[in-house]
Amino acid sequence: MRDVYVAGIGITSFTRLEYPLSEIASFPAMLAMQDSGLTDIEQVYVANMGGPRVNHQTALASAVVDSLSLTPAGAAAIENGPASGSAAIKEGFLAVASGMHDIVLVTSAERMREVNNLEATDFIATLTHPLAEYIYGVTLPSHAAMFTRLYMEQYGVTERHLAMVAVKNQNNAMLNEFAHLHQPITLDGILDSPEAMTNNPYIAEPLRFFDACPVSDGGAAVILVSEEIAKSTGRPLIKLAGIGQATDTHAVHERENPTDLLAVRRAAELSFGMAGLTPADVDVAELHDAFTILEIAESEEVGFFPKGEGHIALEKGETALDGRIPINPSGGLKGKGHPVGATGVGQAHEIVHQLRGEAGERQIAGAKVGFTCNFGGFGNNVICLTFVRED
Amino acid sequence: MSVDLEKILRPVDHPMPPFPAKYMTLASGEEMVIRQVERDEVPDLLRYVEPLTHVERDFYDVVAARVYSEILAYARHRYQDQYVLVAQIDGEIAAVVNGRQVTPKLGMSLHTVALRRGLRVGAHAFATKMEYHMDVLGHDEVLIVAESPIGFRRWMIEYQLEKRFDTPHELGGVPSWSLTRELFDRARDTLVVGRRPVPDKLLEKATAGILPPSDPPTPPADLLAATRSMYDSTGTALMSQRWQQEVDNA
Repeated sequence: MRDVYVAGIGITSFTRLEYPLSEIASFPAMLAMQDSGLTDIEQVYVANMGGPRVNHQTALASAVVDSLSLTPAGAAAIENGPASGSAAIKEGFLAVASGMHDIVLVTSAERMREVNNLEATDFIATLTHPLAEYIYGVTLPSHAAMFTRLYMEQYGVTERHLAMVAVKNQNNAMLNEFAHLHQPITLDGILDSPEAMTNNPYIAEPLRFFDACPVSDGGAAVILVSEEIAKSTGRPLIKLAGIGQATDTHAVHERENPTDLLAVRRAAELSFGMAGLTPADVDVAELHDAFTILEIAESEEVGFFPKGEGHIALEKGETALDGRIPINPSGGLKGKGHPVGATGVGQAHEIVHQLRGEAGERQIAGAKVGFTCNFGGFGNNVICLTFVRED
Repeated sequence: MSVDLEKILRPVDHPMPPFPAKYMTLASGEEMVIRQVERDEVPDLLRYVEPLTHVERDFYDVVAARVYSEILAYARHRYQDQYVLVAQIDGEIAAVVNGRQVTPKLGMSLHTVALRRGLRVGAHAFATKMEYHMDVLGHDEVLIVAESPIGFRRWMIEYQLEKRFDTPHELGGVPSWSLTRELFDRARDTLVVGRRPVPDKLLEKATAGILPPSDPPTPPADLLAATRSMYDSTGTALMSQRWQQEVDNA
């Protein structure tokens, strides 16, 4: 396989975007082309989860490639639940690594706020097992709540730990101009004050309102190229050094221990193995914190901390911007937002931003190795990416 | 002999009893003060409410236009027995709520307009005006309507208001909903929160002057594209199924 590099990146604000889905995918793509100086795109992958169901838009890749005037480049849409973004990056990687193409655009878009919150929640719930979960009313918040309850019992995680994740990430998002939530929160406001229970009520006990990510619209794009092309752009050399993907049982209750996110563990091992690195080498990470508990659990499963000690590392500030392993400097899904099909590309965007040293006030000084975990389903289809700055 | 026309035009205005200011901590950690304003502070409110009349989102335009006219009429003595409360964060306007007394036992909620979003500012302000009706004015019930789905969710659904559909509300003549004392008591400590007395420094900052909003609601970027999500972004229609079922079963 050939080495593959990220030559360009682009992103929209993650917020409520009142534009057609194809425009949300096209805008960051144009930014990525502008960023890289490359316009001779040979293949386009478009990540999206809800277009046909939420936006009445099918064949999104065909719309986007034409919208960008990139015809006759090849184009395909990738739907893989909330891991659609990283799945599209994987396809782009394979296209370049195989030698089939030299320049591949991976863009993404989601526009969930076209429907109301209940319909959006129902749309996301369709990724659960149709016969064992969905028909019984399981939603992602209820899944996450049951998972959290088990985690609390087994490892001593408390609501304060969850709130600490929310505060950290939402305050990181204050430093990110693309983030959905530009609203700082405090432990006093969401946990300790007499008004906290009203400000931050339970949505699925023990999860509260601020433990969940917002419903976001947004898009992000990366341009993947061969080494030769990457060097010709004059941009920092950011290598997509490792990709790991793994799956787990569709129905969560079929797992031996539901608090073990085996697909996360396996995907991270594969990604680090391919890159020839270990978790200790990572300078900055973007984890899939659709719910606050997931940041804690994933930080353990990917190998940053021993199992059951993620919340202790959080307490010590090890995951803060100035910590040993900063997690979600972008604000994560919790603060930056979660346009589901675009999230994986958005994570990659942040890591490339960081490795280039372009992340402004949230920059992790000297970051050379970055890592993303894109958590599809409820941990049943996970993709981890490892990026390395080479120069 | 000339007629003093002003005596005819000006409604008999019963003095509204003073509302003891309160404060609460928001999710942001900021402290919001809610206090009563008199006529002399209305011009400031008008200046900050007027821009919202151009925000065609979540019925801000309708609500702001009505609030503007109501509080202007209050300031100019053309509205009977109205009171106005303002919510402020660090002096900055966060919400305006108003209502009026119909009879000594019946109140009528007029409007709630939030100029800061995402922190339950409007919900806290609405709860506070209900507290004024129940605990200060001594009303047994308050008649309420909502112009927007967000309002319907916050008032009708969260408080489980009772129907008073035989009583047209002053706002547009639409059927009224009622917050009874029993419903209000049920909401105490969950929806109706806040503390007294307001610390001196907080109150001084609030009363020193009403500052403009730093991040007011803005119009949608693209009205056509926004059409589907404009009118019920909260899913309130789905949440209202309980009442729809009642209608269907009747």
